[in-house]
Amino acid sequence: MGLVMPEFGLFFWMLLSFSLLLYVLKRFAWGPILNALSEREKSIEDALQSAENAKEEMLKLQSGNERILKEAILERENIVKEARELKASIIQEARHEASVEANKVMEHAKMAVERERLAAISEIKILIANFSVDIAGIILKEKLTEDSRQKELIQNYIDQINLN
Amino acid sequence: MVKIIRLIILFSFVWGVSPICVVANEEHATADTLAPKKFNTGDLIFDHIKDSYEWHITTIGHSHISIPLPVILYSKSNGFHCFMSSKFHHGKESYLRFHVASEGEFQRKIVETMEDGTEVRPWDFSITKNVTSLFISIILLLFIFLAVAKRYTENFARAPKGIQSWIEPIVVFICDDIAKPSIGKEKYQKYLPYLLTSFFFIFINNLMGLFPFFPGGANLTGDISVTLVLALFTFALTSFSGSRDYWVHLINAPGIPLWLKFPFPLMPIVEIMGVFIKPFVLTIRLFANMTAGHIVALGFYSLIFIFAEKSIFAGYGISVLSIAFTVFMGLLELLVAFIQAYVFTLLSALYIGLALERHPSHD
Repeated sequence: MGLVMPEFGLFFWMLLSFSLLLYVLKRFAWGPILNALSEREKSIEDALQSAENAKEEMLKLQSGNERILKEAILERENIVKEARELKASIIQEARHEASVEANKVMEHAKMAVERERLAAISEIKILIANFSVDIAGIILKEKLTEDSRQKELIQNYIDQINLN
Repeated sequence: MVKIIRLIILFSFVWGVSPICVVANEEHATADTLAPKKFNTGDLIFDHIKDSYEWHITTIGHSHISIPLPVILYSKSNGFHCFMSSKFHHGKESYLRFHVASEGEFQRKIVETMEDGTEVRPWDFSITKNVTSLFISIILLLFIFLAVAKRYTENFARAPKGIQSWIEPIVVFICDDIAKPSIGKEKYQKYLPYLLTSFFFIFINNLMGLFPFFPGGANLTGDISVTLVLALFTFALTSFSGSRDYWVHLINAPGIPLWLKFPFPLMPIVEIMGVFIKPFVLTIRLFANMTAGHIVALGFYSLIFIFAEKSIFAGYGISVLSIAFTVFMGLLELLVAFIQAYVFTLLSALYIGLALERHPSHD
């Protein structure tokens, strides 16, 4: 029976020392240990959370980048298209202007040629008249008998010469 | 890992072999002093699992080597007395009017012989073997946990190192797997210090009880006074923190037919008995488990000497088997040391949780 009967002395010392142990450990060990553990847990959780956030931010940034890139490509295409159109229109205009200019020059040239030709014709007429007179003179030297008839003949010949 | 395995092997060796010397020497001692006295297994086992006034280490030849411990007594007729247990000369002599009873109701305890010849037990506050072991374990616990706490206060974010990495998983385990589910998320923190302290106290003392010689070897958690105090702490916590519902339900449990409560209050009686049975069961479970482990291991050793009385060769033969069994028991007890600490803590947490529970749905 002695085995299962609590002993007063040991009961007393156990009560005293376990209470003290409980107090001291609670005050100086469990407090700091549990605090540290929960704080560490919190800091790890925070770290994980912030990593998650960073990842999300990164994804957002990445999609933003992609959007910007797409926009840039689109804009480039637009610019190129516009440039091409501009080029075409410039060429068109240039061509048009050039042809107008060319026409003008041509017109001038034609007028000049016409003027020269008229001048030349009148000059040739004068020259032919002179030649004719000379020829007539030569002929007259030989057969100057019927002067008036001769002159009429000459005039007739001259009129027949059509230089046009 | 290799370190741990080495430790376990060393432990089982020490546990397996060293008590043999103790048992062998004691047998010699008794044989020498009291002629051819028969080997008494019961006495041997009880000498080991019960408290004593000196810490017996070994006996070489005729001389006992033991650490004398202080005896503190208060007797009504004689007043306070404080002396070392060596005054009793290993329980063989009396000092003043006190001596250690060798048999009877107060066997192995100090009794005072009154003038009329009757033996009376004085108030005994002696620092016995178990009390010494208690103090040693408390110093050990304080040393471990204050050192660990210091590391945590220095820098909580640092990875655990050394003893801290042994302690931390257990602390987290008690926190997350015992306290939180049993008591509930809101209030468990208030009870954590008690649960942690009782767990480590029981665990350390269980392990120290397994260690076969000084400063281990005292059967502290196998002493009913100690387990009673632990259970009383749990009882006090459950009673003081019991919610209104807890007390109301003791008397008037809802959902139970009226005829069980009135006219004969069967259920209230059962419920109120339950309040006291819970700490009683806690007391007995730990005490019985630890004591049983010691008894079984010592029983295996005693086999050697029981057989050796018939024939010395039978003794040698059986010793191989005994040691093998005791090593096995030692390893099993290592497990039991943890399991009993765990069970005590878990049940304490459950009882506290039950007392805290509110039942809004019933009211």
